[in-house]
Amino acid sequence: MADGLHRVFPLMRRVEEGKVGATLIFDGELKAQPGQFVMVWLPGVGERPFSVVDDAPLTLTVARVGPFTRALTALQEGERVWIRGPFGRPFPLRQGSAILVAGGSGVASLAFLAKRLCEKRTEPLVILGARTEANFMLTWFFERMGLCPLLATDDGSKGWQGTAVERLEALSQPWRELIYGCGPERMLRALASSAVRHGALCWLSLERVMKCGIGVCGHCHCGDQLVCRDGPVFSAEEALRLWRLEARDNPQIADREDSERYP
Amino acid sequence: MALDVSVDLCGISLRNPLVLASGIWGSCAETLVRVGRAGAGAVTAKSCSLEPRQGHPNPTVLDWGHGLINAIGLSNPGAWEEKRILQRAAVGLKEMGVPLIASVFAETIVSFQRTVEIIAQAEPDLIELNISCPNVEDEFGRPFALDPIMAAKVTAAVREVYKGILSVKLSPNVPDIVQVARAVEKAGADLLTAVNTLGPGMVIDVHAGRPVLSNKVGGISGAALRPIAVRCVYEITQAVSIPVIGMGGVLTGEDAMQMLMAGATAVGIGSALYYYGEAAFMRILGELEELMVQEGYSSIKEFRGCAHG
Repeated sequence: MADGLHRVFPLMRRVEEGKVGATLIFDGELKAQPGQFVMVWLPGVGERPFSVVDDAPLTLTVARVGPFTRALTALQEGERVWIRGPFGRPFPLRQGSAILVAGGSGVASLAFLAKRLCEKRTEPLVILGARTEANFMLTWFFERMGLCPLLATDDGSKGWQGTAVERLEALSQPWRELIYGCGPERMLRALASSAVRHGALCWLSLERVMKCGIGVCGHCHCGDQLVCRDGPVFSAEEALRLWRLEARDNPQIADREDSERYP
Repeated sequence: MALDVSVDLCGISLRNPLVLASGIWGSCAETLVRVGRAGAGAVTAKSCSLEPRQGHPNPTVLDWGHGLINAIGLSNPGAWEEKRILQRAAVGLKEMGVPLIASVFAETIVSFQRTVEIIAQAEPDLIELNISCPNVEDEFGRPFALDPIMAAKVTAAVREVYKGILSVKLSPNVPDIVQVARAVEKAGADLLTAVNTLGPGMVIDVHAGRPVLSNKVGGISGAALRPIAVRCVYEITQAVSIPVIGMGGVLTGEDAMQMLMAGATAVGIGSALYYYGEAAFMRILGELEELMVQEGYSSIKEFRGCAHG
């Protein structure tokens, strides 16, 4: 009955991810599905949500953006974290050829999805976008599975110059049957519109500031949905509906998203 | 014979007795409308104060095994933004005939009056006073709800500035809830909401050696609260003549029937949304109707308060 409380996981190994963060591999398993997230508590520091990168062993990738993520990525091997979850609805797994489009730290949940797809012998095409070369994370994780992600950078320092969505649209045969996306909202909006236009099945993992993580506090609402409980994965059509609902009553949101960039 | 599950709450007609309790799914207009669409008889918005409040840092809510414990910290966007939210929610809810209840809290009596004046402009069907917030003018900063005299003072002060239907939400954390209920009724409340969360309680993580909630303590809701809430509603309805919205750990139709038999006119649904999402409403209502059929009741008034014997 106490599944809602935290479990302790000691850190087994830390892998630095360029200049922007680290991947934390814990000693222990936590059964989860791609797209789900866990709440990570550092007693006395705080508690934040993170996408699951792998569940056996439990793996999380953390971009350093503030005091909490700095503390988390500074953990030494053997030090402990407190984790509850997993929470949220996962990406639906469907038969067919898939393209995974990740921007910035959105790569985390799609890395887990790529792993599950490879296990089912349906290798996806992976496109990763970042602001600059030093900001890519988890490329090693894909390479370990034999995947070669296509890279795109805003400044052209690595791979294609432009966004991950622009890279997708530049493919000779861009629209496969299934598109999965995770990243900054501006990128997701572009991806959703494109996918709907091309009639592709598309699922996106949305991000809102979450607090409780279990659909109680109401902090992470987007339109009439609670991202932590009803999402974070939504179909492109549903995501477009939610953004329209949000924008209808909060015109300032559209402006805010325009200035949003990769971490 | 068709079942009649509608109830009358101070002249407001509810299609069924299940009311979304304050503090869950009520922080934006769209989720309030969604809960209305899912079958709620009425919906209550999250409590708001005059000024915006951030709330406590995480962890704020936990499922500790037999219910929830929360210290969200009454985060809200402030009365002026809340007025906009209520106005937007009212549009969608009116189409469905689902009444809207606003909830207000404050740390001083004057601030209660000011906040109610602003919220009243949104013309909710009912305003509920959440008096479980600490009273900063009290020598010990005790919540208004713990003192019959202070509870009555707040009620009377708000009564002066608000002519609409007024409810006061009582705390179970008092030695004699009847005293508070009577005082608030005398001060002019049209109905009562009972009860708020129990406690506060504390959950300690033994590996961390400290309380899990950042606020250390939090209110207990869910199944663990239910028998206490039912007893409170029973005692209150025996002592006052105004209606009561009974709440506290109602997760099933049987729980709802207990509240109604204890004397409640309507039944608040809160933690059940954590377990079942918005489907909680149709689920609990379906179970309640099934029980009514089994017991041979055709309307709620046939068994309301029957436990008083």
